[in-house]
Amino acid sequence: MTVAQAQPEALNFECETGNYHTFCPISCVSWLYQKIEDSFFLVIGTKTCGYFLQNAMGVMIFAEPRYAMAELEEGDISAQLNDYSELKRLCLQIKRDRNPSVIVWIGTCTTEIIKMDLEGLAPKLEAEIGIPIVVARANGLDYAFTQGEDTVLAAMAARCPKNVEKEEEKEERNAIQKLLSFGKKKEEVAAEESEYADHPPLVLFGSMPDPVVTQLTLELKKHGIKVSGWLPAKRYTELPILEEGYYVCGVNPFLSRTATTLMRRRKCKLIGAPFPIGPDGTRAWIEKICSVFGIEPKGLEERERQIWESVEDYLQLIRGKSVFFMGDNLLEISQARFLIRCGMTVQEIGIPYMDKRYQGAELALLEKTCKEMGAPIPKIIEKPDNYNQIQRIYELQPDLVITGMAHANPLEARGINTKWSVEFTFAQIHGFTNTRDMLELVTRPLRRNSSLKDLGWDKLVKEEAKV
Amino acid sequence: MKLAYWMYAGPAHIGTLRIASSFQNVHAIMHAPLGDDYFNVMRSMLERERDYTPVTASIVDRNVLARGSQEKVVDNIVRKDREENPDLIVLTPTCTSSILQEDLENFVSRAQMDAQGDVMLADVNHYRVNELQAADSTLDQIVKFYIQKAKKKGELPAGKTEKPSVNIIGISTLGFHNQHDCIELKRLMADLGIEVNEVIPEGASVHNLKNLPRAWFNLAPYREIGLMTARYLEQELGMPYVDIAPMGVVETARCLRKIQRVINAQGANVDYEEYIDNQTRFVSQAAWFSRSIDCQNLTGKKVVVFGDNTHAAAMTKILAREMGIHVVWAGTYCKYDADWFREQVSEYCDEVLISDDNGEIGDAIARVEPSAIFGTQMERHVGKRLNIPCGVIAAPIHIQNFPIGYKPFLGYEGTNQVADLVYNSFTLGMEDHLLEIFGGHDTKEVIHKGISADSDLNWTKDARAELNKVPGFVRGKVKRNTEKFARDLGLDEITIEVMYAAKEAVGA
Repeated sequence: MTVAQAQPEALNFECETGNYHTFCPISCVSWLYQKIEDSFFLVIGTKTCGYFLQNAMGVMIFAEPRYAMAELEEGDISAQLNDYSELKRLCLQIKRDRNPSVIVWIGTCTTEIIKMDLEGLAPKLEAEIGIPIVVARANGLDYAFTQGEDTVLAAMAARCPKNVEKEEEKEERNAIQKLLSFGKKKEEVAAEESEYADHPPLVLFGSMPDPVVTQLTLELKKHGIKVSGWLPAKRYTELPILEEGYYVCGVNPFLSRTATTLMRRRKCKLIGAPFPIGPDGTRAWIEKICSVFGIEPKGLEERERQIWESVEDYLQLIRGKSVFFMGDNLLEISQARFLIRCGMTVQEIGIPYMDKRYQGAELALLEKTCKEMGAPIPKIIEKPDNYNQIQRIYELQPDLVITGMAHANPLEARGINTKWSVEFTFAQIHGFTNTRDMLELVTRPLRRNSSLKDLGWDKLVKEEAKV
Repeated sequence: MKLAYWMYAGPAHIGTLRIASSFQNVHAIMHAPLGDDYFNVMRSMLERERDYTPVTASIVDRNVLARGSQEKVVDNIVRKDREENPDLIVLTPTCTSSILQEDLENFVSRAQMDAQGDVMLADVNHYRVNELQAADSTLDQIVKFYIQKAKKKGELPAGKTEKPSVNIIGISTLGFHNQHDCIELKRLMADLGIEVNEVIPEGASVHNLKNLPRAWFNLAPYREIGLMTARYLEQELGMPYVDIAPMGVVETARCLRKIQRVINAQGANVDYEEYIDNQTRFVSQAAWFSRSIDCQNLTGKKVVVFGDNTHAAAMTKILAREMGIHVVWAGTYCKYDADWFREQVSEYCDEVLISDDNGEIGDAIARVEPSAIFGTQMERHVGKRLNIPCGVIAAPIHIQNFPIGYKPFLGYEGTNQVADLVYNSFTLGMEDHLLEIFGGHDTKEVIHKGISADSDLNWTKDARAELNKVPGFVRGKVKRNTEKFARDLGLDEITIEVMYAAKEAVGA
């Protein structure tokens, strides 16, 4: 199926109705409160928001999470209660019970509609209670799913310190360096410094589990590139220093507001690279960073080749198969590019929102990958319409549909293999090291269903009444 | 504003959607922002539903905020009407649309002009009612609509079925063990010689609602959903109803006796006493279980009960009256219907607790240190933390509370299931204590005699720190695989780099 069909033209973008299923962006609190260990997330919204978080986060809710709802009641909506004193009461309670280093207010649809001035209230309250309050308006009126993280990080970017006078404090702050030089004496650290090339400071942005932070940092270190900091860091008090002229680079495709903020507000220089998803993406990401700093990458090609070789068993399962992305988390372009490189054909890339500038390098790599693999160029559907997509899925009969949970079981019952897209958001998929993990996810439905294949049960609905 | 970590009953629209999606060929359209269609995920996950959940959203976005929905809602209703030909489309407001105060009623009447099916607006106030109240009133609203419609057209059937018959009201999607309860109730009715006229809303067609009056009476087994409808049918059509949940041996008998009175009043002339006696003593195992020495061991054990009205009240009575267990307190989160609960359970427990604050309930559990808890998933987790066993008896529930096997809570088979649930909770608790006294099943040395117990390999400090970040349940495996990888390569020190090389090479 992958044999060169009509040689593709340029990428083709379409936009549908926006009637699609995705998670509410407030879901970002579920991974951000775990990432930023000294934070507390307060979602200012209604029962609807609370119900979503409670159900979407499943068992995590029982682990005394550092997040809560400020549940708005009728008196709040009709402004019979004073927003400021209400928020003050709750934030003091949080301060007393948890004593966090930062409280993040998540604005929701309701606070937008009743025009609650969170950005105005926060600095006043911050001064009064002595805890930084960061405001992120991660609501379903404007954003989808992972874009929630983008709004939080964009707000955090404003809080990164400009420079730090005291040397000890600088060391304190630099968590990653500390991690890498753990237990080493000062001279050793100094010696290690010389392993790095002379380049301007580089700060990476995007929330990653700590092991992935270590992996990507080490990956860059092999080429003499030093990561001066990471937005967000493990703790709010360790936010990286950002000065004018620093270089920044994103690790995830949904961080366009953060990128814009870093460029415009913090005067940083953005390295527009493909994202380090898949060995091809990781290599392109490192190459782009190296090229900006005028460094010749060493042994990258060999490293990529080794990774591909090590996952050949998985590749055999998916080569020549087709995949359809319904779209809900903005990772779709990078994943599609990776899967095309793996030898799959992508029939459609649904995506909630497409920032062609921020994802420019990724789109270019997608196009290039299609050409090199002789694969047809997929249609990119922004703001997809799930109903129409399902009609197209019936027509195309893809080997794999990457979709949300709302459609996964019904599609499986109709004999179509699905992979739940949200898992890619929570699994470790970045860097060379996690290639196997990502392929494990992609191939899981195919492996499972091939073991069930001979039972003759692939269609488990009575008749297809409609369509 | 209220600081909340957890809620027992969901927002109002969830109730409306539960009713709408329980019916066949009814479609709900939510007037909601992106991401509020989480109901579809829950239904698809928890109920493992094979079909698409008939719920779509008419998305409220920035443009809607600026200019109003204008044609959008009407277009979406008409479009869905064309695509799926539903019998009824229920426009469902959410908390967001409640404050936008758009004239949804107007959209509905406009859409009705172009739609083939019926269109209605779910009449629920988000800030005043919760999921359960909304479900109750939406069901009532739909039934009213079709009864009135049939009346107007003169299609309301006159007269009753020949044999005694019943409508079972309140079985719905995402309800706690509702599917199993429904099967059990149908069996029970068959045993009693009563025909099941209609079951609503689950699996019902709105076209059949006009047949509701043909039944001799209505059975509304759940306090939370269906009672409004039963009352309406009594008022409007003079249909009697039975609202005793047949949960537990005594309550089941009480329910059957009430049914007997209701149908005998209409000339049925039945006597269920012999049936009740036979079922109680020989078919259900619960009465015998109460008498057996197993249950004797439970006498006077302290428990607490928390849940919705139906299940918490029935469970309290079963524990206290049928098993001789000491219920220290019984509670409900149905604050709006607290008086009923108090009246039901006050003679069966020391104290009644009415609250929807999980912190307060957790504290109340910690305070009395019961031997077992019967509650929701939240209480199960409190139990885990305090090392107290817990049987789950009410929503909110997780996927494990949607069993594939047959597990009703109602009827005579239900009494068996409840007896198992109670008994298993306690034996686990006893076993736990015995293990504690005798120091566990195994000695600790045996457990730790793993392959990598004393390795000759040296882990650097940072590699060890990195290893500690690996979740506990796979850490041992990662450690072993990494060490094997290092040994194969003849390395004697494990650094972070070696760890990740091992992961890349062998998936450690």
